[in-house]
Amino acid sequence: MNQGIDLQGSFVNALVDLGLPAGAAKALWLPLPMVVILVGATVSIFVTVWLERKISAAAQQRIGPEFAGPLGTLQAAADGIKLIFKEDITPAKADPLLFTLGPAIVVIPVFLSYLIVPFGQNLVITDIGVGIFLWIALSSIAPIGLLMSGYSSNNKYSLLGGLRAAAQSISYEIPMALAVLAVVLMSNSLSTIDIVNQQSGYGILGWNIWRQPAGFLIFWIAALAECERLPFDLPEAEEELVAGYQTEYTGMKFGLFYVGSYVNLVLSALIVSILYLGGWEFPVSVSWLANLLGVSETTPWLQVITASVGIMMTLFKAYALVFIAVLLRWTMPRVRIDQLLDFGWKFLLPVSLVNLLLTAALKLTFPVAFGG
Amino acid sequence: MTLAEGVQLVTFGLLVAMTLGGALGVVLLDNIVYSAFLLGGVFTSMSGLYILLNAGFVAAAQVLVYVGAVSVLILFGIMLVNKEQAFVPMKRAWLGKAATGGVCVGLFALLAASTLNTPWAISSEVPTGDLATAAIGVHFFTDYLLPFELASVLLLIALIGAIVLARREFIPDVAPGDLSEALQLPERPRELVSSASASEPES
Repeated sequence: MNQGIDLQGSFVNALVDLGLPAGAAKALWLPLPMVVILVGATVSIFVTVWLERKISAAAQQRIGPEFAGPLGTLQAAADGIKLIFKEDITPAKADPLLFTLGPAIVVIPVFLSYLIVPFGQNLVITDIGVGIFLWIALSSIAPIGLLMSGYSSNNKYSLLGGLRAAAQSISYEIPMALAVLAVVLMSNSLSTIDIVNQQSGYGILGWNIWRQPAGFLIFWIAALAECERLPFDLPEAEEELVAGYQTEYTGMKFGLFYVGSYVNLVLSALIVSILYLGGWEFPVSVSWLANLLGVSETTPWLQVITASVGIMMTLFKAYALVFIAVLLRWTMPRVRIDQLLDFGWKFLLPVSLVNLLLTAALKLTFPVAFGG
Repeated sequence: MTLAEGVQLVTFGLLVAMTLGGALGVVLLDNIVYSAFLLGGVFTSMSGLYILLNAGFVAAAQVLVYVGAVSVLILFGIMLVNKEQAFVPMKRAWLGKAATGGVCVGLFALLAASTLNTPWAISSEVPTGDLATAAIGVHFFTDYLLPFELASVLLLIALIGAIVLARREFIPDVAPGDLSEALQLPERPRELVSSASASEPES
């Protein structure tokens, strides 16, 4: 099972040919994918902030940022530089240790979750067996950071915002995990690579969205709630709570919450595209096309094309979902906290349980179509 | 020593230091909020130890259940019932502390002795690693079915109990102010039925 390019193998071989011991070559390789993904995730903030500003502007018939860089693409960099140079204030009665630690605990699990996001058959930091389960586990750490920053600010709005944020992300984690479970049931594996491979072969027709339409909607709603995007951005509902747990934060600590939220949005979009939209698969199966044209699957140039198409498709699907999320922001009114919890516990949870049961039943009845 | 072995050794040392330091902090710190956050840290380092033992699924489950649910629940409890109340200094408080310390040291000595004296049947098989997920599932539904189901029934009981406690749909007969201040939760009495379904706790 080694389709695609083995970048690690070629890199290590090239260094060994240069006269390095194999162990040292491997050690040099290890940080490379992590750095690439970290840089990619950081750049995705800039892209997403720019998209958000431009699409929001278009939705409100404005022009949006246009002076910082071409078409305003550097606006996010300008924002970031401004935040870095702002004074970093810790309120006098705040708890300085927890106050500093809070934003970091919110951001770290999000970046760590990129560990399992595949961009191709071998284009993933590590294909661990627990894959998607690791993402669910990591995303459950964020509420602790939110509670920490809410509590340590020593401000009633911050505390309420932190408690709301934690309650929200706990409530929506359960329907989300159940939706993921239905997908896992069909692919017989928790690994993200296996989940994508199970959808491959039939082009767009094989994607999970056709077999899991309810699961897709549940997951997307729950993911938006986890990212605290409108219509679920209650923790920072400004007319009720000033800015929730962010109220007392300034400078880059404040910026970290935004970094976390944008990276989390992109991550959720990537995970949705992996779970339901076929990951790196092109709408028409590439291997089928290659067979049609009579090109062997192991041809080097074809593999390069497959890999680049894979990366582009993953990013394209993810950003299409980000686009939908931004549009939703300007179409939906914010829900109330009781509506939010009612919706999560009394609607999404039963529906996702039914979805799980139906998937199990369909898997037993039609093992061909539902991965028996 | 290869690179992997060195990394393992250093990681093991760090994780053990974090676990022990965190656990001591949980017990010894005065501020209960610090203790609760440190408890989350202890659970996280323990999941790191599971990863070192090639038990990825158990590690992820540990993070999900203990860090994501148990710690958050404890924090919720502390933050919702957080009453600023200075401890009244007691006479001869050291007596209680000394007794607790003695019991803890004794318990530790007992456990350590029994751990060292037990002839452990250490398996020399290769760890199953990623296949463990399927193995755990098979065990849950065959030879460990009864404990598994009993645990789920226990959780269901706790869930229903929590809902019953949270849905207080009555106005207390006693006029507010009769109770001594220290016994009251810092919240207003609820209205009749309207605000009954605010939030159900998570099990």
